[in-house]
Amino acid sequence: MDNLDQIVSEAQSAFAAISDPDALEQVKARFLGKSGQITELLKGLGKLPPEEKKTAGATINVAKTAVEAALNERREAIRKAALEARLAEEALDVTLPGRAEARGGLHPVTRTLERIESLFRSIGFEVADGPEIEEDFFNFTAMNTPEDHPARSMHDTFYLQSPDGTVADKVLLRTHTSPIQARYMKAHVERYGQLEKMPEIRIIAPGRVYRVDSDATHSPMFNQVEGLWVGEGVSFADLKGVIADFLKSFFESGDLKVRFRPSFFPFTEPSAEIDVAFMSGPLEGRWLEIAGCGMVHPDVLRIAGIDPEKYTGFAFGFGQDRLTMLRYGVNDLRLFFEGDLRFLRQFA
Amino acid sequence: MKFSESWLRTLVDAQLSSEELSHLLTMAGLEVEGLEPVAPQFSDVVVAQVLEVVKHPDADRLNVCKVDTGRGEPTTIVCGAPNVAVGLRVPCALPGAELPGNFVIKIAKVRGIESSGMLCSAKELGIAEEASGLLVLPTDAPVGQSIREYLDLEDNQFELKLTPNRADCLSLTGVAREVAAIAGAQAKLIEVPEVAASIADQRAVVLDASAACPLYFGRVLKGVNAKAATPEWMKRRLERSGIRSISALVDVTNYVMLELGQPLHAFDNTKLEGAVHARMAKPEEKLLLLNEQTINIDADILVIADDAKPLAMAGIMGGEESGITLETSELFLESAFFAPKAIAGRARRYGFGSDASHRFERGVDFGGARRAIERATQLIIDICGGAAGPVVEAKAEMPARQPVRLRSARASAVIGMVFSPEQIAGLFNGLGLSFVREGDDFLVTPPTWRFDIEIEEDLIEEIARLHGYDNIPAPAPRGNLKMMVQPEAQRPAARVRQLLVDRGYQEVVNFAFVEEAWEADFAANADLIRLANPIASQMAVMRSTLFGGLISNLVTNLKRKQSRVRLFETGRAFQRVSLGVPVAGFLQPWKLAGLAYGGALPEGWGSGARKVDFFDVKGDIEALLAPAQLRFERLQHPALHPGRAAKVLLDGREIGCLGELHPEWVQKYDLPQAPVVFELDFDLVKAVHVPSYLEVSKFPPVIRDLAIVVDQGLVLQALLDGLKEQLPALVRDIQLFDVYVGKGVPENKKSLAFRIVMQDTQRTLLDSEVDAAMQQLVSCLERAFGAQLRA
Repeated sequence: MDNLDQIVSEAQSAFAAISDPDALEQVKARFLGKSGQITELLKGLGKLPPEEKKTAGATINVAKTAVEAALNERREAIRKAALEARLAEEALDVTLPGRAEARGGLHPVTRTLERIESLFRSIGFEVADGPEIEEDFFNFTAMNTPEDHPARSMHDTFYLQSPDGTVADKVLLRTHTSPIQARYMKAHVERYGQLEKMPEIRIIAPGRVYRVDSDATHSPMFNQVEGLWVGEGVSFADLKGVIADFLKSFFESGDLKVRFRPSFFPFTEPSAEIDVAFMSGPLEGRWLEIAGCGMVHPDVLRIAGIDPEKYTGFAFGFGQDRLTMLRYGVNDLRLFFEGDLRFLRQFA
Repeated sequence: MKFSESWLRTLVDAQLSSEELSHLLTMAGLEVEGLEPVAPQFSDVVVAQVLEVVKHPDADRLNVCKVDTGRGEPTTIVCGAPNVAVGLRVPCALPGAELPGNFVIKIAKVRGIESSGMLCSAKELGIAEEASGLLVLPTDAPVGQSIREYLDLEDNQFELKLTPNRADCLSLTGVAREVAAIAGAQAKLIEVPEVAASIADQRAVVLDASAACPLYFGRVLKGVNAKAATPEWMKRRLERSGIRSISALVDVTNYVMLELGQPLHAFDNTKLEGAVHARMAKPEEKLLLLNEQTINIDADILVIADDAKPLAMAGIMGGEESGITLETSELFLESAFFAPKAIAGRARRYGFGSDASHRFERGVDFGGARRAIERATQLIIDICGGAAGPVVEAKAEMPARQPVRLRSARASAVIGMVFSPEQIAGLFNGLGLSFVREGDDFLVTPPTWRFDIEIEEDLIEEIARLHGYDNIPAPAPRGNLKMMVQPEAQRPAARVRQLLVDRGYQEVVNFAFVEEAWEADFAANADLIRLANPIASQMAVMRSTLFGGLISNLVTNLKRKQSRVRLFETGRAFQRVSLGVPVAGFLQPWKLAGLAYGGALPEGWGSGARKVDFFDVKGDIEALLAPAQLRFERLQHPALHPGRAAKVLLDGREIGCLGELHPEWVQKYDLPQAPVVFELDFDLVKAVHVPSYLEVSKFPPVIRDLAIVVDQGLVLQALLDGLKEQLPALVRDIQLFDVYVGKGVPENKKSLAFRIVMQDTQRTLLDSEVDAAMQQLVSCLERAFGAQLRA
């Protein structure tokens, strides 16, 4: 049975020499095929005497297993080599740019607006809206701004022409978003006024407003966000608490300094200006005027049908553009309204 | 309001640094806008007298001077100033002096002659912008005195930004009173003794409009020298308050206005005839004002007149003809109270303003009018000489000063911290508010100089202000917790905006007032809403469409070499209507508009070069509103290409339009290719359906494809609508997956390929049913649209 070892080693070296899978199968036939050498030996077993048959069969089977193992090993090696070749061929330049769609972006002022809305929603403020061509009544009268107030002059307020060419005297472009508050209070009273206790009013009123003014820090159209909280026992201290909380949350700055100083508005009493000072960055340590606020003037409540003895409230108004400029370091208000993609894309 | 700090400090004894004073004023509501030293720092400059001037032997333009600096022996100084002369007193910088700009004076040889100092101009001392020579000082300037001391240069100019309610602080007296209250200091207000009449001349005063002018003091002065020089101290105080010195008489009236807050007017008494009247203007009256403007005086203007003619716009501006000049020797001096309502807005109507009108329209202390005329009389006599007649007083009913009730508990509740009645009493006393107590209530009578204390809240503000806003706590507020209404059938605006952002659109914000041409081009709007007072002609009409702004943005960005542009804006558009809610006459719907230009995909190695077209943008709109099924119908629109424009319908309602920009506008706005634009009603875009469950079939769908040939002009929507009416029940969905024109399809025909999905929720479909359904579809298509099955 010496030649069995020889067959095995012959098969091993024959397989090793082949790298094509089809050729391998042909060579396999030489050993394991119908008339392959191993097969022939197995066929020859029948001629042996029964006592030899068993040992001879076992020996041949060992050799057969060895040939099969060599074959499988080679098959696997050839498969792997083929796979590697394919993978190498399919390799991409993974540094080429992706084929994704371009993404747009929000306007920076909208970005800010969404933040402001969500911060105020988190303490129960609804978002209210109102017309931009507004009645003189809601813009001024309901805000306790009398007929001869300088704010009503043509120098500050945009008025409209009637179709006959004269100045329309009852409508204007709103100069602040306060008329939204006036309308909201009126509607609230119409809805809940008959109740023993009205639900609280907690709103913010963002929107575009218009004033006759134009330079690097003034635009004839700009964005404002005002807020109003009317309820029982609402105080100036509450106002300070809400504003300080908002500013620290908005600027994400724990060491932001906020100060309130007395001021004057026809629609609030007491009134305050709000200044902030950053503790780092280019504006470090400077007090920056950022909002006006105060306790809602009792006449404003009265005009809306709210009893100022029972309910008090506070209101505030931020320049939304100014908040945006401070948040992102923009130094010219006009950039917001020029539609320059090179500017706008920075806020995507 | 500007003023000199050293002047203020003569009126109030506050132990505070300039910065502390500034902070205190700001935090009390008198915002300090500016705090500037009146002169830059410099040292060792003294008053010197020029004793001798000799030409420099080696320099034509230089002189060698002997100068007395009050320090023993005369000093030699070489000087190049053209105006140097013997006897002049001028500032002299001594050796070692440091002048502005770090300029140190040393003993040095100038062309061979040793010079021990420098004679200075105002510019060299940093107290003037320009100078033509040495600063010549008065002949009585004490030689040797520090020039800083002599010119009072250790001073700051304060500038206050006063709110309109605090007109009482438009004077040094007012500010001093305020500082005393907030700093707990002592005010040292000036004493004004009455000036006894030394002549009998007087002029009668008649109050014809006593509501507008309820109080008037007048006085005649004679023998006045109008050419007298204004004293240096007065000039200096005026200049540091931002008022130019003009002439002694004018300076005195301005000075008293600054000092006491009372605007005064001086008439040339020789130009007046008969009595002086404070009356409303008569029809057709004209007046030449001091500013050389001749005005037609409106009927609601209060004038000061004599028996014959109007003399001045009361409290606003004097008349040229009755005004004083350097030749005037006889004056009629006026100190009056004009009601704010009678003055407010009048000057502005004529396009000017004055220090007087600024004060009167806000409210002037009517308790101080008499003091002011006495003070001015004394100053005029001191400076210009002359003699004064008696003060004539005309008085009607003065503004009522109703006591205002303050409840201590109310103050605590509104401010949000507890104030005891004792604390409140202390604060009121500090402010000089007189009150009567009724238990814990205060009845406060506002002083004559305050026009802003009318209701309880005004007093609450005073309490909060004096206590200090900084000292009020800022707790986290308590409110009623109630969930907010959040309708599911309404998407937040932010969600819609984000969808567009995700599809590549950049948001812009454009002005709501636009060029008139845009309204004509993009909306054919004939019923414009014009501004009565636009700031520029290209911002004169309110937009009825957002298209103009977007096209203009595109033009701007193309100039900046942006080749692919996707923009959107949300904002209101405006339209005139007969009714309109909530403002009658106008519709102001929120719009969502967009623009797409350039490549369908961003330029890149793998994206091809296809340009954006109608269907790209249609796809964006469909995605924006998905899963709602939209319908699109052909549309004629002034902005859009008539063959490539559609209205967008949602549940049968028109919600907007889209299309390619009309070729005419593409050309007019100089665009290399046509953008595709859309505009939708934003509120309707936000509306969505709340989902409602439908049973999902457990049985497999059957899918069949169907290709037909129809006329090329057949609109797909018409075919789908026609099919819908006869659709077999088991057809769930029909999708168009191919449109083909060309080889194999007859001329003027097109091939449409559909995928038909059929399913039943209760059972598996039989082949025979499917075949029948397909047959039904085909025959319907043949009958209604002349369709033929494609081979």
